Amino acid sequence: MDPVILSRLQFALATFFHFLYVPLTLGLAFFIAIMETRYVRTGDEMYKAQAKFWGRIFLINFALGVVTGITLEFQFGTNWANYSYFVGDIFGSLLAIEATAAFFLESTFIAVWAFGWNKVPKKVHLAAIWLVSGAGVLSALWILLANGFMQNPVGFRLDGDRLVLDSFLAVITNPYGWSMFIHTVIAAMLLCGFLVMGISGWHLFRRNNEAFFQKSFSLGLCFALTFSILAALTGHFQGQLTAKYQPAKMAAMESQWETQTHAPMHLLVIPPIDDSEENLVEALGIPGLMSFLATNSFSAEVKGLKAFPKEDRPPVWPVYLSFRLMVGLGTLFVGVAVLTALFKYHIMRLRYPLLLYVLMIPLPYLTLQLGWAVTEVGRQPWVVYGMMRTSLAGSPVDWYQIAGSLAVMGGVYTLLTVAGVILMGKAALKEPEWNETLAATPY
Amino acid sequence: MEYLGDIWFVLWALLWGIYFALDGYDFGIGMLLPIIGMSTQKERDTMHQVTGPFWDGNEVWLITAGGVTFAAFPLAYAVLFSSLYTPLMLLLLVLIMRGVAAEFRHQWNHPHWRTFWDLTVAACGFLAALLLGVAFSNIFRGLPLDQNHIFQGNILNLLHPYALLGGLLFVVMFATHGAMYLSWHVSGDLEKKAAMMAKVLWPVFMLCFLVYVLLTFFWAGLYRNFFESPLMLALPAACLVSFLASGHYLYRTDKMNKAFLYSGVGIISLALTGVMGMYPNLLPSRLDPLGAVTIANGASTPKTLFIMLVVALIFVPIVICYQWWTHRKLSEKLDPEY
Repeated sequence: MDPVILSRLQFALATFFHFLYVPLTLGLAFFIAIMETRYVRTGDEMYKAQAKFWGRIFLINFALGVVTGITLEFQFGTNWANYSYFVGDIFGSLLAIEATAAFFLESTFIAVWAFGWNKVPKKVHLAAIWLVSGAGVLSALWILLANGFMQNPVGFRLDGDRLVLDSFLAVITNPYGWSMFIHTVIAAMLLCGFLVMGISGWHLFRRNNEAFFQKSFSLGLCFALTFSILAALTGHFQGQLTAKYQPAKMAAMESQWETQTHAPMHLLVIPPIDDSEENLVEALGIPGLMSFLATNSFSAEVKGLKAFPKEDRPPVWPVYLSFRLMVGLGTLFVGVAVLTALFKYHIMRLRYPLLLYVLMIPLPYLTLQLGWAVTEVGRQPWVVYGMMRTSLAGSPVDWYQIAGSLAVMGGVYTLLTVAGVILMGKAALKEPEWNETLAATPY
Repeated sequence: MEYLGDIWFVLWALLWGIYFALDGYDFGIGMLLPIIGMSTQKERDTMHQVTGPFWDGNEVWLITAGGVTFAAFPLAYAVLFSSLYTPLMLLLLVLIMRGVAAEFRHQWNHPHWRTFWDLTVAACGFLAALLLGVAFSNIFRGLPLDQNHIFQGNILNLLHPYALLGGLLFVVMFATHGAMYLSWHVSGDLEKKAAMMAKVLWPVFMLCFLVYVLLTFFWAGLYRNFFESPLMLALPAACLVSFLASGHYLYRTDKMNKAFLYSGVGIISLALTGVMGMYPNLLPSRLDPLGAVTIANGASTPKTLFIMLVVALIFVPIVICYQWWTHRKLSEKLDPEY
């Protein structure tokens, strides 16, 4: 067995599971912060109950995000020793800054929020959740700047057998990293919006505590609408940066083989299933659209896969499929959010159609994972784009040790996720600590 | 500029020390769950409430120590973590289960469910202490690194008697440390039981500590630096005095807060003593002296070290301030009876 393949599988597994929890942590912290701000401003107990109700789900999800996150930091050293040495001078500092400047803040103040309801003043408690929300976003920034360096290395020079820092400013202003950061955080908010709508939709379907869940459904919808549109816009911008900095990835995303000007966008494409270098099916082309999407000009040249040596091309099928599916689902989200916004008051009084929102909960999760598949599989065969090949990045560790840890991690993560989903489900079905009769009772 | 590597070497040791002193009490209280929390579910609930708000913030010191190793000494990070692959993976598993247990346990009020997670936390506390002790003793002893810094050993080599003693030392040290913290933060019967536990464990811990210090002379080359520059003897002296002071407050005055704080200072100076004993090596090699990872061959460029130093000098004091503040705000003396 090739240790690098096993390490890649393990890294994929660890990031996949970690990223099941991260987006909801980012989104729900912001959501809860808004609800609690309303509580502090108006004194309305309903908003406090909102913060507590969503907070229960948030805390379970947060714990799973935290524990799966440590693995990632250590895996660079355990499984990617050559990579770690090669980029440590630049990459390591970004991770260290993430821990000191952001993760400490998040981990400390989440405790103030969770345990401090009766121990700190209202406004301090509110500040705690805003700090958690802000620190989470800041964390994402540093991590994605680190990932951005792998996608589009900047601010370095080659010194002997490693990369060393040349301009820290260039590293932290890497346009690729910032663009990924913005797109990722927006996608996380979108996921949260649909999750809140799904859970609220279930309670509305049951005609349970309607006043409460109409409020959460509305704010969820507000998230879903705003951030699905923003996700599409930032996704478009991200695509243009990819065309500029990682043309091979872009070509694989579209399964574009020939380099051409006025490149059309084919709605129906089936990439080759053998070694041939042209698509099996290519139909329904819209003239010039691909050129336009990649560069804002209908006539610009777009690079095809043939422009790159075979050993420098990412695998086409997974990148192409993930990209198409992501874009399709993203379009669906915009559609659903816009329609729901137009007929909100009507929809919230419906019954069975509300179950559609429950069924939609997994879709943003799938979409975000597909997005990462495009980003990371599309970066192949490079671990640091153009600078170091993934095949050379591994550790001098015996394959059976990696196989063992991969098997254990796969088993444990699966079990924990099942348990986590059940517990979050239980929390989602619980009664909020507020209802209309309670609110009407004078005390 | 030439001192940057040295400064980071000391900070590296300090970060590990702070991590041990903080998460050490979480592990210790975890280990004590089935021992002094045997009688009632309520007592175990209280013990979880004591560590509940803090384990996560404490664990970030590990993430920072790991991140700083990566940033300041990339070669040490790469060599250490890949050499100790399986033990580190075990440590990760243990930390994952500990973290999950803290959140999952109170989600369902069923006795079996709670007992399961209690035992998990206990096992995790024990294993984490053991693994950290074994790992650091192996570092002190020197890893079998060839001249290309490639690890030439296997897992069984890591289980040398000296390393196992180090594991035992960490287990007993964290258990004592945790018992003191627990006794400080609870009242009633549990407070007395925890204090009793600390008093029973302290002599065992001191015995392990002295034997470990003695065996270090034979099995790890940490003494050379201290013989060469006697000024550095202040570190091991501080370590011994702190542990003795901790014992003094434990037995003579029953002031658990002071006993715990001195125990913490002792643990930090123990980490400093061990790491400074290796100076200028971060990872000595017992196979080939050229295989050692040192400040000279392992550090990042002065530019990175300088930027990181600025970041650390700004943020670490801020972190210490707000963590101190949350400890004061969120911890109160808990009584299992209420």
